[in-house]
Amino acid sequence: MTGLLARLGRSGIIFLRHLGRATVLLLHILASMGEVLRRPRLLLEQLFSVGVLTVLIIAVSGLFVGMVLSLQGYYILSQFAAEATLGVMVAASLVRELGPVVTALLFAGRAGSALTAEIGLMKATEQLSGLEMMAVDPVRRVLTPRFVAGFISMPLLAALFSALGVLGGWFVGVGLLGVDDGAWWGQMQARIDWNEDLFNGVIKSLVFGFACVWIAIFQGYNCLPTSAGVSRATTRTVVHSSLAVLALDFALTALMFN
Amino acid sequence: MSLTAGTQGGEASAARSVERAPLPDESAREPLVRIRNLYFSRGERQIFSGLDIDIPRGGITAIMGPSGTGKTTLLKLIGGQLRPDQGSVEVDGLNVHELNRQELYQLRMRMGMLFQSGALLTDLSVFENVAFPLREHTALPEPLLRKLVLLKLEAVGLRGARDLMPSQLSGGMARRVALARAIALDPMMIMYDEPFTGQDPISLGVLVKLIRQLNDAAGLTSILVSHDVEETNAIADLVYVISAGKVVESGDPARLTQSGSEWTRQFMQGLPDGPVPFHYPAPPLEKDILGAES
Amino acid sequence: MKSSRQLEMLVGVFMAIGMVALFFLAMQVSNLGTLHTGDSYEVKARFDNIGSLKVKAPVTMAGVEVGRISKIGFDKERFQALVTLSIYAEYDAIPQDTYAKILTAGLLGEQYIGLDPGGSDEVLKDGSEIEVTQSALVLEEVIGQFIFSKAQEGEK
Repeated sequence: MTGLLARLGRSGIIFLRHLGRATVLLLHILASMGEVLRRPRLLLEQLFSVGVLTVLIIAVSGLFVGMVLSLQGYYILSQFAAEATLGVMVAASLVRELGPVVTALLFAGRAGSALTAEIGLMKATEQLSGLEMMAVDPVRRVLTPRFVAGFISMPLLAALFSALGVLGGWFVGVGLLGVDDGAWWGQMQARIDWNEDLFNGVIKSLVFGFACVWIAIFQGYNCLPTSAGVSRATTRTVVHSSLAVLALDFALTALMFN
Repeated sequence: MSLTAGTQGGEASAARSVERAPLPDESAREPLVRIRNLYFSRGERQIFSGLDIDIPRGGITAIMGPSGTGKTTLLKLIGGQLRPDQGSVEVDGLNVHELNRQELYQLRMRMGMLFQSGALLTDLSVFENVAFPLREHTALPEPLLRKLVLLKLEAVGLRGARDLMPSQLSGGMARRVALARAIALDPMMIMYDEPFTGQDPISLGVLVKLIRQLNDAAGLTSILVSHDVEETNAIADLVYVISAGKVVESGDPARLTQSGSEWTRQFMQGLPDGPVPFHYPAPPLEKDILGAES
Repeated sequence: MKSSRQLEMLVGVFMAIGMVALFFLAMQVSNLGTLHTGDSYEVKARFDNIGSLKVKAPVTMAGVEVGRISKIGFDKERFQALVTLSIYAEYDAIPQDTYAKILTAGLLGEQYIGLDPGGSDEVLKDGSEIEVTQSALVLEEVIGQFIFSKAQEGEK
């Protein structure tokens, strides 16, 4: 019993210590924001590797998720002769939930793990130490541009996901299943509120983006500088990000749509 | 010089041997790096306990010791990347661990460090790697910067490799590029972390020559951390041998090889058994084997 | 590494695609594109039962949207729902004796208010009240009435 308590206490202390370190790192990153403005080139490179390289997987997933939603929704709604509201259903699920959440999960798997691995390897090969010894702050030079790039990319990727999802759903619903085109768009526009649905979705993706990059960068920066350490950190990034996104999604949904 | 045998040498004797260290030529001048009573531990493990080292200006000072004695850690302490538990590290009269961030970075611009792996930035070409510190810290016009970088690369004999990526370089070449990068800002000192490990005889010879040449031509101070006795002895002006967190002996290489201390002799001559036993501490063999059967 | 120009192009394309997606969601998917941004004036109407009518539901006339519901309250003295309609300023000649009824879009669709114009020369102004209203159709009541009338037919 005491052993169990001790173990619980120990993992609690370790968690708090990590949280503290991550917070210090975050503050350091936020304090270094000026560097990104002064040298947009650094941000540009990271926008490429974090944003551009993630577009394809987001676009394809968005399209297919929209198509599946439309297909599934049609069979249920047609039982109540309410096919006209198919567009609403597809768009609402995408804009409110699936867009931000699935994008964040894919982002953690594609961009987050790559960020962790890259930073972890830079640490393992002494590149970060090398920067420090060249009087260059690695947080400012390496981490901050990556952080900002992730934060900017996420809402754009989520918007892309939802938009392609709506188009994919439209293709299946209107194109293949014969739902009326006017009803699809008209009902959608009448029921999807730009503030309550769309804007809240964008806020969600901003929060998820923040959490995902923070976790990815911290795991990379904090990993053991060995190959085993880097691979463990990469796994942790994906697991922690996914859990964080789902938990945050619940909290945000409860707050926004109560 | 009175020498304490083995690793149990007390603080007093370590300090005494430091006092008597013969400084080559420049003994009148202040040492560039002065380490006093340094304590450092990592987790449970005590790495340094009362280390005292003086690094004279203008020479090549080697710090030798068995693997795991914290030689790399020592360089990181001098560079201000790690913080000692106790004691002080002074570089050019400045206490490294009392500087604020900006002052520390100012100081680091006058230090170069050559990492074991080279630590080249993998996403930049050789040219850009050498140009990196110049781009970060100066606002030189591009043509001038190009000339400077090419000169530095010429000094290490790799001007022709400027468009290669670090992944295309051999280990020895990577270290030479890193050396060119370390001297890009014309520092007052360079720290070498195990520069000879894992090199073939040819690149070894090149590195030994380069380190000596750079040191003498540019009037640098070099600190070299290594456990390769032969190569180190060939270029060092002054050698410190550390073990168990303390300086065991110091002096010029020729004298240390003939040292009266059994431990130093074992280390310098590479004998398999001696004060540092061949066997890791264990109960007697018979007891272990018979005990397992019963 | 990509050349500087190529990099800028690709990142630019990425940003543009993201913006277009966001714009598409705002204008085509949500109601931002159909949102009325001009002036409007407010008219009140009392209903015995508003069913599931919601704030922001459309107010239509001959099927054309002429306003939105801005507020739903409760009249404590008359035990009626007090609905405030926000009518767009350009529809400034709606007769005073217009008839307001709560309708349903489709069988299960949302509820909205339909206006049937009266014949009066007086027009609705800011703060005036629509006198003649018809409550929402509550499905249970309709079915109840239907069964009741069938039962009566059977007795004859």
